Amino acid sequence: MAAAAADSGRWFAALSLGVSLLKCLFISAYHSTDFEVHRNWLAITHSLPVSRWYHENTSEWTLDYPPLFAWFELGLSHVARHFDRNMLLVENLNYAGPSTVLFQRLSVVFTDLVFVFAARECCRCVQEQKGSRDVLTRPPFVLAVLLLGNFGLLIVDHVHFQYNGFLFGFLLLSVAKHLQSRHLQGALLFSILLNLKHIYLYVAPAYGVYLLRSYCFTQDNTDGSVRWRSFSPLRLVALGSIVASVCALSFGPFIMMGQLPQVLSRLFPFKRGLCHAYWAPNIWALYNVLDKALATLGVRLKLLEETQLPRASMTGGLVQEFQHSLLPSVSPAVTLVCTLLAILPAVASIWWRPRGARGFLRCLLLCALGSFMFGWHVHEKAILLAILPLSILAVESREDAGIFLVLTTTGHYSLFPLLFTPAELPIKVVLMLIYTVYSFTALKNLHSSRGSVLRPLEVVYLLGLVAVAFACEVIFPLSPWQQKLPFLPLLTTSVYCSVGVFYSFLRLYVSLLRPEEKPKQP
Amino acid sequence: MQTWSLVSICVLLGVVVRWGVSLNSYSGAARPPMFGDYEAQRHWQEVTYNLPLQEWYFNTTDNDLNYWGLDYPPLTAYHSWICAFIANKINPEWVELHTSRGYESPAHKLFMRATVLVADLLIYIPAVVLYCFYLTDGSAKKKVSTLFCFLLYPGLILIDFGHFQYNGVSHGFALWGVVALGLGWDVFGSMAFCLALNYKQMELYHALPFFCYLLGKCVKLGLMGRGLACTLLAVLPSSIRLLTKPTFWQFKLALANSSLAFFLFSYQVHEKSILLAALPVCLLLNDLPLMAIWFLQASTFSMLPLFLKDGLLVPYVVTSLAFLFFSIYLLSALEHCTEEQLRLGAYHKLFFCLPKMDLACVLRWKFYISIAVMAGLSVASVALVPPPHLPDLFPVLVSATAFTHFLGTFIYFNIVQFSGPPARKNQKKNN
Repeated sequence: MAAAAADSGRWFAALSLGVSLLKCLFISAYHSTDFEVHRNWLAITHSLPVSRWYHENTSEWTLDYPPLFAWFELGLSHVARHFDRNMLLVENLNYAGPSTVLFQRLSVVFTDLVFVFAARECCRCVQEQKGSRDVLTRPPFVLAVLLLGNFGLLIVDHVHFQYNGFLFGFLLLSVAKHLQSRHLQGALLFSILLNLKHIYLYVAPAYGVYLLRSYCFTQDNTDGSVRWRSFSPLRLVALGSIVASVCALSFGPFIMMGQLPQVLSRLFPFKRGLCHAYWAPNIWALYNVLDKALATLGVRLKLLEETQLPRASMTGGLVQEFQHSLLPSVSPAVTLVCTLLAILPAVASIWWRPRGARGFLRCLLLCALGSFMFGWHVHEKAILLAILPLSILAVESREDAGIFLVLTTTGHYSLFPLLFTPAELPIKVVLMLIYTVYSFTALKNLHSSRGSVLRPLEVVYLLGLVAVAFACEVIFPLSPWQQKLPFLPLLTTSVYCSVGVFYSFLRLYVSLLRPEEKPKQP
Repeated sequence: MQTWSLVSICVLLGVVVRWGVSLNSYSGAARPPMFGDYEAQRHWQEVTYNLPLQEWYFNTTDNDLNYWGLDYPPLTAYHSWICAFIANKINPEWVELHTSRGYESPAHKLFMRATVLVADLLIYIPAVVLYCFYLTDGSAKKKVSTLFCFLLYPGLILIDFGHFQYNGVSHGFALWGVVALGLGWDVFGSMAFCLALNYKQMELYHALPFFCYLLGKCVKLGLMGRGLACTLLAVLPSSIRLLTKPTFWQFKLALANSSLAFFLFSYQVHEKSILLAALPVCLLLNDLPLMAIWFLQASTFSMLPLFLKDGLLVPYVVTSLAFLFFSIYLLSALEHCTEEQLRLGAYHKLFFCLPKMDLACVLRWKFYISIAVMAGLSVASVALVPPPHLPDLFPVLVSATAFTHFLGTFIYFNIVQFSGPPARKNQKKNN
């Protein structure tokens, strides 16, 4: 590539355009029920009055995102009108004509522009190394590729079908604003995000504590502790009013109609089971396996009667409530307590020993991973909440790059069951290969001067992941166990990936709680 | 970053783009009684697997030549047999004699698309990688850029993975031939080209340059000097020039000129045959980027009516935009176009009567206008309805526009072939 093109900074536009065009090639690919979910929401918001939005249940896919997202769907529906009016009829369940598919897919590609803009802002925040001229080896370029070409986003948004790019754009933009010390803008963006999809409540503690400690208290004592006198009520009021006004804009109409309880019950449906249909690789997956293993062992050793055990079949792949056989059953309250305990040290750490915006980012990651590990009914897609912000740290520090590689590879592999159709198999394998080859070689190249990125044990673990993948996708379908134990590949994948995710969680904790070292030489 | 990782990423991107296009429709989908090229290939699998060799090319009760009779040389037939063998293992209904006519199913489509990808991966893509790495000049990054743009050429992707054909096999063998001749392995090169010819007889478009290059190398310079009278056949000047100067540069240009000549002046030429001219022009992506990109885009555009019929509008738009943008960006096509680099010196000599102009600037403007015209006609073909007394207005306009482009390119490459050799030091400066 000519030096002229690189220096003029056109590489970012080229990269964005290339990735967007690639996304357009998946228009005809398989899409999941989420496609129908969003079509239904387009129909509901377009055809029904606001008072009916959260009561409507003609379709099983009821509106369960906060009101701001409903307004967003309303906006989209006005464009959808010009493509195919039939998709906006509520009774047209599972309607998926060619124009509908084209519109929905293109809407995801276009709303991804928010993500592209956010990625550009993040690239600007990244610290540059001295003396590297070649564009391909500079941290902003590597970060841009890791974000824009993220495997998880590509297959979840543009094949499976969702609007995560749009939402993560707000999150990353908010993080970028905090890194640039524009805290009010960051708070505004996060409030908007919370009102678009409430799953981001997982990382709200990090925001709350960080803004309170590092923004509302304008100065620290020399030893780093809180200077109580420097509290600025004005700043607190500013933050509070931003959050309140966004929530008012979003929930206001529903509060005035007295529908708040109904909306909240839609947003927080705790009737769903401990684990999602495909087990996210978290602690509860390990807990389930342990329970099953102990139960089977107990029966084999004649310590238990088989008839005494409740018919637990969490492995059936359905989303219902289940009882554990041997170990105590887990309720939503228990998971909440576990999650809070898991993130408490991180949140406390940025209060007692604030480490600036990057410490906040680390705390955010720990909140995300903590709630992934211990939360109730976690989707495996939630791993992206940790992977994407971690990319920023990965291009700056060798240690974070190592954590990133382990977390990303296991996290992305755990997304494989989302695309189970044979026609999409080459797409997921090839895209995974591209991303893995790039992330490993680019990060290794970036940090080559400071030693190796991965520890030997991590290399062994990742090679083991390849073996597990090969066994599950190739060997298992041809083996005799295919009939007897059909859930075995999913179970093995979940368990093996849980180990990797938990390991990354612990390593990130160590990096946050460790006493701060002297500033590194650039 | 290490070159091997960049190369593997380029190849993987090429594969994912190909597979993405595969997800769309194919020629003749759900259109009985004749269907299209997809059904033709499936039918050949049926014929070659179930009937003995002696009946493959003959009209018998079991083999009706009017229904997609086998009209490619035996290597295609053997390839069909191999595919049929595998097809039969998966689902015998796919190649059942007579009863499998018009068979269509998602699983079968997956199988057929997979056969095209496997053939591409085994034959075409390795040849492209070798060509870009051993026979182009420049830094490693420039070679990787050339590789990426070569693999991104939309025409071949849309025809093989959209419409449905196996041009990757014949083009791949021909490219192996070119690579071998470029590396000096003449015997291997000849074998490879013979394989190409035995796969599709249209490779005859490329036969004269291969012949003249090898013959010229055998007899060496001196036997036929300059000043030989040009005959009426358009291809003779190029071939004879190659005979007198059998260098690899002349060989590449002769391939382009020969296939263009055959395309422009032959009898009963199918629009897909432009791919035979596109392959040699891909070889020139590194040397004459702007003209090569211009021609390659025009060649894709010329097949627009076919793509519209096959339901491949979205892949056409996506791959054309991607190819145009990335080739201009990565190969810096619009920056490296001084008159010397575009080798327009000869035009000055030809049009000596005209006032002195900056021909490079004129050429760039012609390029912009041409892209605008092609884009405009593409949009019009989709969005507008032709007037009732001119139902074929848009295909005719597309053909006419494409023809002017091809003719212009033919003249240009001929002039370049007759000008001096490329200045090596120019190319070194640009890295």
